[in-house]
Amino acid sequence: MGFTGEVVSPGAGFSGVAGFEHPPEKPELSAARLSHIQLLEAESIHIIREVAAEFQKPVMLYSIGKDSSVMLRLAQKAFHPGPIPFPLLHVDTGYKFREMLEFRDRYTAELGLKLIVWRNEQAIADGANPFALGTQRCCGLLKTQALLDGLKAHGFDAAFGGARRDEEKSRAKERIFSFRDAAGQWDPKNQRPELWNLFNGRIGPGESIRVFPLSNWTELDIWHYIHLEKIPIVPLYFAKERRMLVRGDSLIPIEQPFVKGLPGEEQWVKCRLRSLGCSPCTGAIRSDADTLPKIIAELMAMRNSERANRVIDHDQDGSMEIKKREGYF
Amino acid sequence: MAVLENAVPVIEPEQDIEQLLEADRRKDLLRFSTAGSVDDGKSTLIGRMLYDSRSVYEDTVKSVTKDAAIDFALLTDGLRAEREQGITIDVAYRYFSTPRRKFIIADTPGHEQYTRNMATGASTADVAIVLVDARKGILDQTRRHASIAALLGIPVVIAAVNKMDLVGFSEEVFEQHRQSLQKLARQLEIPELIPVPVSALDGDNVVHSSSRTPWYDGPTLLELLETVPLAIEKSHAGFRLPVQRVIRPHQDFRGFAGQIAAGTIRPGDEVVALPSGVRTRVRSISTWDGDLQVARAPQSVTLTLEDEADISRGDMIAAVNAPPRKASRLEATLVWMQSKPLRPGATYLLKHTTQTVRARVVQIRSRLDVEHLQQIPADALDLNAIGTVVLETSRPLLADLYRENRSTGSFILIDPADHATAGAGMIRDIVEAAQRAHGHGALALIAIDNSALAAQLEEHLLDAGVLVVRTRLTER
Ligand SMILES: Nc1nc2c(ncn2[C@@H]2O[C@H](COP(=O)(O)OP(=O)(O)O)[C@@H](O)[C@H]2O)c(=O)[nH]1
Repeated sequence: MGFTGEVVSPGAGFSGVAGFEHPPEKPELSAARLSHIQLLEAESIHIIREVAAEFQKPVMLYSIGKDSSVMLRLAQKAFHPGPIPFPLLHVDTGYKFREMLEFRDRYTAELGLKLIVWRNEQAIADGANPFALGTQRCCGLLKTQALLDGLKAHGFDAAFGGARRDEEKSRAKERIFSFRDAAGQWDPKNQRPELWNLFNGRIGPGESIRVFPLSNWTELDIWHYIHLEKIPIVPLYFAKERRMLVRGDSLIPIEQPFVKGLPGEEQWVKCRLRSLGCSPCTGAIRSDADTLPKIIAELMAMRNSERANRVIDHDQDGSMEIKKREGYF
Repeated sequence: MAVLENAVPVIEPEQDIEQLLEADRRKDLLRFSTAGSVDDGKSTLIGRMLYDSRSVYEDTVKSVTKDAAIDFALLTDGLRAEREQGITIDVAYRYFSTPRRKFIIADTPGHEQYTRNMATGASTADVAIVLVDARKGILDQTRRHASIAALLGIPVVIAAVNKMDLVGFSEEVFEQHRQSLQKLARQLEIPELIPVPVSALDGDNVVHSSSRTPWYDGPTLLELLETVPLAIEKSHAGFRLPVQRVIRPHQDFRGFAGQIAAGTIRPGDEVVALPSGVRTRVRSISTWDGDLQVARAPQSVTLTLEDEADISRGDMIAAVNAPPRKASRLEATLVWMQSKPLRPGATYLLKHTTQTVRARVVQIRSRLDVEHLQQIPADALDLNAIGTVVLETSRPLLADLYRENRSTGSFILIDPADHATAGAGMIRDIVEAAQRAHGHGALALIAIDNSALAAQLEEHLLDAGVLVVRTRLTER
């Protein structure tokens, strides 16, 4: 007796050794098949709506980067024609690019969104910077601590983040609903299994979740979607002549007074940023890609993993997993 | 280790990118899970597939290349590193694409203690790849992997008979395995099981056809993955939209938002709102991109209706001619996922589509002995056990059988104490309220102090078509 309690004839579709005497049946609606982008979009919208329905006080982490921009558009779509029923939270380390902040203020005002900016003012006043503290401690104070404090101060019980599983090895196992204990910490051993599209949004007092609606998007999907949907992004992503410190292969943006070059290091370079972080820790790449199709072409040709340009992941193998345990996204 | 034959992928700079994107937009998305015993070559196979389909980053390839040879297993094997470092062993998701399709791999560890991880990876998979070592054939673990795929309703299972190079690419060996696999598929009621002879290490029949298996003229592993239909295209359930949220920005708009769980919908279609039973028609399918003329599973949409209907989260809008069933007593296959065992009488929260109700475990019918594929009696389900249970819910679910539709036939159980996801369930049978109530005049009151006995008696009575109400006479 079979244990499934259902009767299917296994003989029917069975392929023999020569393999493919019975090719898989053609889908009924082949002309109307959904594309991968439509499928990803549908999944993300479902996730965003679930969180809005099941949590008391959600917030969307808004980093101003390309992934955040896509996430924000998906939130607009999720509640259309209504407004997005939660605010945005930007954790400002004090070292964000000027162009990022300008973009943030203009775009969120244009969309009429509620934006909360949170800074670790004490650490900023104490002059925290990556050169004095090392990137680990600097991120710990200005990003992780600030984020935890900001979430706590407002009593947010769910925070959307734009992280993708294809970004980095330790993210490949990340849940879509990522559970955090009352201290905001991530226990990789104690994550809830996620099956089908059923998400367990139950939490106890003080506990919270991080939600990653873009988990299954790849970097190419993100760019493609930005292109298709004409989503505005920060101009730093596009190549142009910029004043940079050129050190070996690295192009270091000159935004902060403590970023000082040796004689001759400061040059005009046609370059762009592949991911936006804090200016002292985000390297630019030499590039001519000044349109979205060119960026996509470059991406397809280059195939270096994205975060290789971020200084922070280099200092220690598996450093991302450690940061995540402490509460970083 | 294999020799690095082709340089790292680079596209032609002049290639017309818009054309490329146009082609990219035509790709759909196939999800598949992989399971194999340790050392069957799963990591090597995935690495080979990513590499031969040119889906790996240059810096990644460099980091696993030694003496011009790539260690394919290292390309992807997060799990191995974890095993060694004692970090997390879990489902790892990976992404790649070919000119025809995008793929998501749910890479799951194969050992018994990871049954729940395998079930997780399998729950959304369109295809399962089960690894078989050509030297060993079907092992207990193979049966486990195949039966999990069958239970989770994966319509197509590909058996990658690996390490064919170590059996001299022998047709007889493959034929033997093929026959036992076929038998296994029949036993497990797997609709389609396709064996492919491969060498993950050398790349035979993974992406490119091998000249070393002239007797095999079937597709390569990747060709199969590129052509099998998505699981959702096989569902024949009528239209269902579990309502996630009511969107009401102003007086003139009242929309019901959700992800379509089955079927197709057009403006003008007649629908029924459940549980209220109100019938009406779809006025519009509203999205940010404008109103749609047609929408289908699994799109996320917002419906407006012709008539006022009292609908809220947890309700369902369904096709009038093929609505889901109301289920407050159901038989389900459960994969148990927490260390605290499941016992009869316990109560959990049950999340099904967008509604969460209380559910009581009426009975554990049996546990599956995966190695022998037999149902054996059980009075508890431990972590990683698979069993058949009877549940009773506080409010009726609007459900289908899992084999009819995955999305409206599945649920999770949540521990009310610590909120852990305790189990994953697949509805096998629904005992309809009407069916259970059919006419019996007599009323008997039986007091029993033994819950196992009570469950047994209840079972017999139910089988006899008697309406049974179980209640607690004293406070515990
Ligand atoms: N000869 C041969 N060896 C293989 C093949 N596939 C994998 N291996 C080897 O088998 C061992 C285990 O492979 P691995 O991919 O790590 O197995 P996993 O534990 O299933 O991920 C490694 O030494 C591989 O090089 C194959 O097709 N032929």
